Amino acid sequence: MSNSGNTHVVSAELHPPLHAHEEHSFWRKYIFSTDHKVIGIQYGLTSLIFLFFGFTLMMIMRWQLAYPGQAVPIIGRLLGDDRAPDGVILPEFYNQLGAMHGTIMVFLGVVPLAVGAFGNYVMPLQIGAPDMAFPKLNMTSYWVYFTGGVVMLASFFVPGGAANSGWTSYPPLSDIATMGQTMWLIGMVFLITSSLLGSVNFIVTILQLRTKGLSFMRLPFFVWAQFVTSFLLLLAFPPLEAAGVLQLMDRVAGTSFFLPSGLVVSGQPLPNTGGGSPLLWQHLFWFLAHPEVYVLILPALGIVAEVIANNTRKPLWGYKSLVYAAVFLGFMSFIVWAHHMFLTGMGTAISAFFQTTTMIISIPSVIILSALFISLYGASIRFNTPMLFALAFLPMFGIGGLTGLPLGLATSDIALHDTYYVIGHFHYVVAPGTIFGLFAGIYYWYPKVTGKTMNETLGKIHFWGSFVCMNFIFFPMLIQGLAGVSRRLYDGGQQYAHAQGVLHLNVVMSVAAWVMALFQLFFIVNFFLSLKTGKKAETNHWHATTLEWSAAPTPPVPHGNFVTIPEVYRGPYEYSVPGHAKDFTPQNELVKA
Amino acid sequence: MDASHTHDADIKAHVRKYVVVFIALLALTLITVTVSYLHLEIGLAITVALIIAAVKGSLVASYFMHLISERKAIYATLLLTLVFFVVLMWLPIFAHSDPIINKNVP
Amino acid sequence: MDIPYTIQPRQETGLFNAKMGIWLFLASEVMLFGALFTTYILLRVGSPEWPRGELDIPLATANTAILITSSITMVMAWASLMMKKFGRFRLYLGATILLGVAFLVLKGFEYAHHFQTGEIPSKNTFFGIYFTLTGLHGLHVIGGLIVNSYFWSFGSKMWKTQPDRFTNRIEVAGLYWHFVDLVWIFLFPVLYLL
Repeated sequence: MSNSGNTHVVSAELHPPLHAHEEHSFWRKYIFSTDHKVIGIQYGLTSLIFLFFGFTLMMIMRWQLAYPGQAVPIIGRLLGDDRAPDGVILPEFYNQLGAMHGTIMVFLGVVPLAVGAFGNYVMPLQIGAPDMAFPKLNMTSYWVYFTGGVVMLASFFVPGGAANSGWTSYPPLSDIATMGQTMWLIGMVFLITSSLLGSVNFIVTILQLRTKGLSFMRLPFFVWAQFVTSFLLLLAFPPLEAAGVLQLMDRVAGTSFFLPSGLVVSGQPLPNTGGGSPLLWQHLFWFLAHPEVYVLILPALGIVAEVIANNTRKPLWGYKSLVYAAVFLGFMSFIVWAHHMFLTGMGTAISAFFQTTTMIISIPSVIILSALFISLYGASIRFNTPMLFALAFLPMFGIGGLTGLPLGLATSDIALHDTYYVIGHFHYVVAPGTIFGLFAGIYYWYPKVTGKTMNETLGKIHFWGSFVCMNFIFFPMLIQGLAGVSRRLYDGGQQYAHAQGVLHLNVVMSVAAWVMALFQLFFIVNFFLSLKTGKKAETNHWHATTLEWSAAPTPPVPHGNFVTIPEVYRGPYEYSVPGHAKDFTPQNELVKA
Repeated sequence: MDASHTHDADIKAHVRKYVVVFIALLALTLITVTVSYLHLEIGLAITVALIIAAVKGSLVASYFMHLISERKAIYATLLLTLVFFVVLMWLPIFAHSDPIINKNVP
Repeated sequence: MDIPYTIQPRQETGLFNAKMGIWLFLASEVMLFGALFTTYILLRVGSPEWPRGELDIPLATANTAILITSSITMVMAWASLMMKKFGRFRLYLGATILLGVAFLVLKGFEYAHHFQTGEIPSKNTFFGIYFTLTGLHGLHVIGGLIVNSYFWSFGSKMWKTQPDRFTNRIEVAGLYWHFVDLVWIFLFPVLYLL
């Protein structure tokens, strides 16, 4: 029990990762690996590709919005006559772009990156675990996600094209839509299954595999965020899966779960017997989709918290408030969903209920944001690229959150529902919000994953360009929405007299979107070039206190993570502790008093 | 040897409980079917049927699934699930029954 | 590389990993069937009239008894392993599988009879929700049968090398199977008796 030296080595050693003769084949090592780090990277690369693809869909849409009826340059002719005759986008294709942009960004891009990539890679390391509780299930989750993604992409190529009833797939329209909608439903079943398997894995891992000394209130906030997120995914997705099955039955088996009686389409009565309820779909869909938006934001909040703590060189302010707020937020997220349905004819009692819960849910968000802001006070801030993204996240998420308030109040929602104000609101939270948080995470953990550092100059150019462009894209949406421009309009509001005064903003937003695409090149180049020519990273490149930096090698040991399992002696953010030699005291370091 | 004997005796005691629960489940099934043939008024019929189903379900959960001797983590998860299950079921029904215009449509 | 608490429980939670995992999964299944039961209620409440007497109560009662019996044979299979009686385990698990198959066979007859008389899912919302609920339940029964059959055959090899781990697997499979029974305990009165 001697405490000589600064590092206390726990006696239990892991079995050596693999004997030489057990070396995996290329397929077992990189394609069908059960190592959470490989799976995390797979999720990361796949989701980044989907993110850029979803962004591309939007860039095509934005041409049509800025210059309605004009042929899309270069790619217009490549799209083919059934999508864009003479290069001019058809309304039917515009709707496909819209529905798939949303679907791909949310379900194939952001969540797989935030949870599948970051959660998978970082969380087991931060809790001192050798891997996830169920490594084979983890691998299965990725490949089911991948299959769902393939199905979604393939839907563009069936007759009638991809789903075109919005990412929200409201019936009756979605019930009678083209084949692409059926593929959307099948794709969603795969994605939901992947998500469910993943959330079981995450929860069991966090509860069961925390290393010695790592009590709940010593967990990095990133782990808490992933923990709450997993519960949201576990309990909120199944009703959408059920709804998906019901819509599939309507489309394929002729049932009428969501079709009211007496529906007439293009002058012909539908052969379905009717008796169903379109509102039922909305309840089941939003029961998932509202918690889903907290799934979108929580991991990013977790990442931003880590980056801020590390780059302020002081503990986060209000760790306990952060944790309780996150848990409360998770719980509340299940009972606010019908604020998406204020205009469906619900009575005043139920509207008042949902309005109240929606107002209440803003409280934990404000607590979390305030704690992160207050954490900056008196700090020694290092303005590196991850920190820039994390800092920008704060006011951007603030704008996103504040613009949610008039939407959550039923009376003001009457004017704003289904306008561009809604689109502006949620994009502020997800784009300069979550995606900035995810960029912060990529720049922050890249040295741990690859052993190389990214270029700071390229990173800063990427940051400033993206930050300015994001605001030029999404702020005008708030203005257009207040002026009454509806969402999902093929011509961006051309035909509305009341919209004429704000139509010029369409050009501004589109140009900003295309310029933002150019700035992403700095990121892409940096990402790949640094692999080859980046400076070699120290094991604990950022001088951080959490276990992935202080206890695991760079990169971590395949199938095992640690040379010796760390033991934890303190909380996650012991920076600048008075009396200590270094300005950071890692969780697993034994320090003589 | 002694430890495994008491261990076996424990299991055998459990087995006795399983058999009792089994018989109770069969009996409750017969009761619920018989009651249905009485054609009670619909509100009463639903209440009785759901109470019997809840009792049967609790027996399966408590004894076959060992919930009665299970730990906090499971209870907490199930309680949370129950809350959200109730919310999922009752709020849409309440929304449906309290429309802004009082029409008898779904 | 060894994942801790695969066999022995973690003291804090009192559970081994797979047991916690299956309970979490079952919680999600509660939400899945809950959504369908909600659908049933909303559709029924919103419809001017709801069919009664269309379904075969005696057959479904028999199926209820079959599933309940399969539940006790399943838990007996696990209890046998706890008492190190492998032969008994195979007997009980085999019985569970056969009873599960019997359930599906009766259901098959039931469905065939309905299809013959034109009672298909698209006939009305009652049959729509009936087939969806019992169909999804049936898929879960099939899933359980596949898992149980694996453990009865190839999977049982693990008893020789890691008996405790195998016993845990049977406990986890049992929890899933009981849940399938539990869903039917609610499905049966709601669809057939009310």
